[in-house]
Amino acid sequence: MTSREALVGNESPWRTKPSGDSCLVVEIPLVARGAASRWSAAAAAALREARIPGVTDIVSAMTTVGIHYRPESIQCLATIRETPYEAAARQVMTVLQGFRTGDSVSTRLIEIPVCYGGEHGPDLESVAEACGLPSRALIDLHAGADVEVQMIGFAPGHPYIGTFDERLAPPRRAQPRTAVPIGSIGLANRQSVIYPFILPGGWNLIGRTPLMLFDLARDPVCLLEAGDRIRFVPISAGEFEAMGRK
Amino acid sequence: MTIEVLKPGALSTFQDLGRFGYQHRGIPVSGVMDERSHRLACVLVGNAASQATLEVTLLGPTLKFEAPAVVAVCGADLGATLGGKALPLGAPLAVAAGDVLSFGKRASGLRAYIAVAGGFALQPVMGSTSTYVRGGFGGAQGRALQKGDRIALGDVPARTSSLDASGFVFPEEVQRPPGVPLRIVPGREWEAFDPRAHLAMTEQTFRVSPRSDRMGYRLECEPLRLLQSLELQSEAVSFGTIQVPPDGLPIVLMADRQTTGGYPRIANVATVDHPSLAQLMAGEQLRFEWISLDEAQQLAVAQGEIFRTMEAGHGVH
Repeated sequence: MTSREALVGNESPWRTKPSGDSCLVVEIPLVARGAASRWSAAAAAALREARIPGVTDIVSAMTTVGIHYRPESIQCLATIRETPYEAAARQVMTVLQGFRTGDSVSTRLIEIPVCYGGEHGPDLESVAEACGLPSRALIDLHAGADVEVQMIGFAPGHPYIGTFDERLAPPRRAQPRTAVPIGSIGLANRQSVIYPFILPGGWNLIGRTPLMLFDLARDPVCLLEAGDRIRFVPISAGEFEAMGRK
Repeated sequence: MTIEVLKPGALSTFQDLGRFGYQHRGIPVSGVMDERSHRLACVLVGNAASQATLEVTLLGPTLKFEAPAVVAVCGADLGATLGGKALPLGAPLAVAAGDVLSFGKRASGLRAYIAVAGGFALQPVMGSTSTYVRGGFGGAQGRALQKGDRIALGDVPARTSSLDASGFVFPEEVQRPPGVPLRIVPGREWEAFDPRAHLAMTEQTFRVSPRSDRMGYRLECEPLRLLQSLELQSEAVSFGTIQVPPDGLPIVLMADRQTTGGYPRIANVATVDHPSLAQLMAGEQLRFEWISLDEAQQLAVAQGEIFRTMEAGHGVH
C-alpha cells in the first residue's frame, strides 16, 4: 500500500454526502486513483468493526463506501443541533480519522481455476480479435494478472475484478444474453465478473470456473469479498469436468 | 400447530424487517414492502416486529388452520374472510382449529400482512426469515407459498388480545392518505439532470408499470433527461432510490433491490412514504413532492418513535 502516508498528518481527505434519508456515502479521496477500491474495501472493514449503533450495512464500491443507517436509531447519538445525517457522518469521520489503508484490508490470495474458451467461453475468439490479440495471448494476460476484487454487487457474491492490462478493454456485448451459465467469467473494460447464478448479462464470456461463488451450505456463503487478491489459473475442459459442479 | 396452504395466492412470501448486515456480500435486504402494516400486525398478536409476517399480494392465499391460533391481518384490503365471514383488518382474532382464512376481491392497496401469535416456525438464513425468491433462500424453502405447503407455527402460547389498530394512529404527516403526492429528497446525481427533469418530477403524473415487482417499481412518464450523458461507477443504493436508466424512465428500488447500482439517481422516496408506494399496483398513478433531507429524517424519527411506543407499550421487544 503505497498511499498510506497520504492520510497521515493532513486534514481529513474523506468527504461524506447524503444518499436519501437512510444512507450516506463516503467518497474516497482522489489519491492513488488506481487504488480507490482497495481504500474503499479497507475503510468499509474499519467502519464495520466500529459497530456504530443504528448503522445496518456498509457497502464498499469502486470509489465510495455506502453506509446504511436508520435515522431514528442514529438520533440518540446526535447532539441537540445535529440532524441524523450529521450525527451519522460525524461517527463515520471519527472512525476514519484513525484509519490507515493497510489496517484491515483482506490480504487473501485466491486462485480461481478457469476453463478458457470453447463451450465455456463462447466469446473468447471474438473478444481476442476485438483486442487485437491471439486467444492464447489474451488468456496469458488474463491469467497472469495481479488483480483484486474491487467490489461485490449486482447479485449475491458477484465480484467485479480488476484492473486488467489496458489491452483487455473490449466493450460489453451490444446484445446482452438472457441467461449466462453459473461460473462464467465475463470480461469488459479491463474488468472481469463471475456469475454466481444463472443471470442475464452483457459481458463477454471468456471462460468458466467450477468453483461455487455462492453456496448457502458454506459459511460465509460468498467465496469472495472486496479486497481479495485474485489469480486466474487456466485448466482444461477435462479438469473442469473433474472438478465438477454439484 | 400447522397451517395448510389450500391455495397459494398470487405471491405470498414470509418477510421480516430484512436481512441486514450482508449487503457488502451482494445479498439484498429483502423484508417487508410495507413496514408499518407489518409492525402493526405483529403488535396486534403480541409478536416482536423482528418476527415474520406472511406478505400476500393482490390475490391472497387460502389457509387452513389445524390448531387454534390468534391472527391479525393489516395493510391492503384484499377481501379477507375467516370461515366465510368478513375479517376485520387491524384487529387480533381468535381462529378455531379447522378454520379457513381466505381472500376475495381487492378493495384497496396491494399487499396485506398476516401475523400469527407465536410466529411461523422458519429457519433464519443469514439472520433473517425474509424470502428472497430470486436467490432461492429464506422464508419457507426460499420461494413463494405453493399449494399443499404446511407451515408450522412457533410454540409461543397464543394469547388473546383486545388491542385493535385504532389505538395506533400515525400522525397524518407520517402516514398520509392515499392519493397524496409521495415525498422525495434529491438523489446523488440530482444536479446532473436537466432542470426540466427537476420540474417534471413534481409536475407530471407517473403511472406504475406492469413490469414492477418487489425489486423495483418502473414508472411510466415523460422521460427524464440528463444535462449530458454520465458515466458512473456503481455504488450503494437503497429502498426508495429513484434511478434513471438511459431511456429516461425512472425505476424506484424496493425491498428486493440489488445492493449496488450505476444509473444516475434523481431522487429518493422518503422512508415514511415507502409503505404508500408499496401499496400501489400496476396501472395506478402517483405524484411526487420535494421535501428537504432534514424533513425526511424528522419524519422517519417521528415514525420510529411511534413504532417504539406501540411495541414497548405491549411488552414486546
